[in-house]
Amino acid sequence: MTDILRAQVPESEAEAATEREFTVQARSRRQVVARRFVRHKTALIGSIIIIALILFAVLGQLFWSAGINPDYGSFLPPSSTHPFGTDQLGRDMLALIIRGIQFSLLIAVVVAILVVVIGVTLGAVAGYLGGWQDSLVNRLVDLMLILPAIVVVGVMAVKFQGSWVMVAVFLGLTTWMTLTRIIRGMVLSLREKEFVEAAKALGASTPRIIFKHIVPNCSDVIIVSATLTIAQAVLLEAALSFIGLGVKPPDTSLGLLLNETQNYLPTANAWLFWITLAFVVLVSLSVNFIGDGLRDALDPRQDKVRA
Amino acid sequence: MVAFVIRRLLISVVLLLVVSFVCFALVQMLGDPIGEWAAGQRQRNPGGADAAIAAAYQRAGLDTSFLTRYWTWLTNFVTGNWGTTVNPGQTPKEVEPQIMHSLWITMRLVLVAEILAIMVGSIVGVLTAVKRYSWFDYIITAFSFLMFALPLFCLAVILKIGGIQFNNVLQNNGFDRWLVTSGYPPGGFTGSFGNQVYQYLGVYLLPTLCLMAISFAVYARYQRSSMLDVLSSDYVRTARAKGVSNTTVIWKHAFRNALIPVVTVGSLQIGTAFAGAIITETVFGWQGMGYILVQNVNRKEPYMILAFLMVTGVFIILFNLLADIAYTLLDPRVRLD
Repeated sequence: MTDILRAQVPESEAEAATEREFTVQARSRRQVVARRFVRHKTALIGSIIIIALILFAVLGQLFWSAGINPDYGSFLPPSSTHPFGTDQLGRDMLALIIRGIQFSLLIAVVVAILVVVIGVTLGAVAGYLGGWQDSLVNRLVDLMLILPAIVVVGVMAVKFQGSWVMVAVFLGLTTWMTLTRIIRGMVLSLREKEFVEAAKALGASTPRIIFKHIVPNCSDVIIVSATLTIAQAVLLEAALSFIGLGVKPPDTSLGLLLNETQNYLPTANAWLFWITLAFVVLVSLSVNFIGDGLRDALDPRQDKVRA
Repeated sequence: MVAFVIRRLLISVVLLLVVSFVCFALVQMLGDPIGEWAAGQRQRNPGGADAAIAAAYQRAGLDTSFLTRYWTWLTNFVTGNWGTTVNPGQTPKEVEPQIMHSLWITMRLVLVAEILAIMVGSIVGVLTAVKRYSWFDYIITAFSFLMFALPLFCLAVILKIGGIQFNNVLQNNGFDRWLVTSGYPPGGFTGSFGNQVYQYLGVYLLPTLCLMAISFAVYARYQRSSMLDVLSSDYVRTARAKGVSNTTVIWKHAFRNALIPVVTVGSLQIGTAFAGAIITETVFGWQGMGYILVQNVNRKEPYMILAFLMVTGVFIILFNLLADIAYTLLDPRVRLD
């Protein structure tokens, strides 16, 4: 179609056009992925929101002078001194939410790191070595799936008394199984590929083959699932707070705040709950959007960006 | 296949033994279930409570070593004696009837909701894939993303408060309160058949909606993406080229193949559904498996937790196995070995 159109324009321009036509600009994979990601509308919006929230949480504490101590009146309405009002104990809600986002994101990132480290190591080792190592990892996954997570968190709560580190470690230790299974499945087929054979022929050691040759080939899946784990961890942390096994003061989190403010729901102060919930939804929604966008952008089978 | 099933079942028995041992050790680390009570007794009756405390420890079997206790529990358990609660503050209760009672509640509530979610979710998933980028697709997608971003307990609490306010509206207009937000009615259902159905809906509606909302979103998304994959495959185009009707192509050719991921996720989810839904059960006051687990972890009841573990473990293992068998039925190319 374009060829016909181009044929009719004056010669000098046509020459330039043909030249352009047959020169496809070379783009590295990274550039392709970045372009696809930026064109993914929801992913772009999600990234902007999450960056804004991180800035809000980090800079907020520097610029917002109110602390999280009960220094003020109970249930003050929103005003210039307390933009989100105060809660029952007389704590400034804006300061609480800023701290809550900090802790929730911190927990979520630690969970994602733990899940990736455990999941990738076990999955790759099991898939590559096979044999008894594979069976051992598989049975370990089964064991963790059957073992009631509440018992584990109960034990940890006895020892660590609801610090954010405990919550993060617990969530990491009980959610790595899915990624392990996925990575194991991928490695099972990757280990038969020529490049692995080549590495072996060159005398690479087993750890080197696994972590330098095979794991980088799973990076797409790892990146996407790390992102989605962050979104999941924010929600799981909230669930733990609800059953009373989550973060305890002096640490705080969005989940703990939600659990405190849900008691106001039937009262006139219900908006304290809604505003906290809005931040939780904003965090996990935008992280989910980013994960979705990354999945689409990294998918090698895809040549078009889905709307 | 038979060999595969037998091998898996044998491994599962060993697995359950290992899990129960690990769990027993964890419960041990939870702390002494009698300690608090014993301290209270000593305070109330200094010097004279030792005999009663020793008796309580002996009755709970806590005067013997860890390994002896595990062995005693195991031999009793396999012969059908699941033990009793050890908390000395109340009369000891048999573990088995309590677990079975909770299991029955969970099956009626959580299991039904999960199965409904799978059915509705996969049908909606197909429709959104067929009508991609229609307003229906956008609404379902937006709903799904919202559900993925909403903490479950917030959804439950919102539904509960909404239900109570809906009841208030009913009452102000001269009707009876309909939606029940505090568990299964102890008296059961009464009255004519229509009346019973009405009451039944009032009891189950909110917790079922709460349980379904998120699972529904998961299944709808899975079904949508796998259906999109299948719809763009060659054999679907061939079927269309041969003039097969649209309905037949979608529901007979494409749907069956697109069902594989949903069946896998679904059967694993159903397996874990027997462990109850802690948050929904707590908010709506149903004493199902999730509720009973949290309660007994708080009370540090070893035999209740172990019985819970064994019952739910069997279901999880069983449905894992069924998922593998379902693969072979849906896709004859898959072979188990």
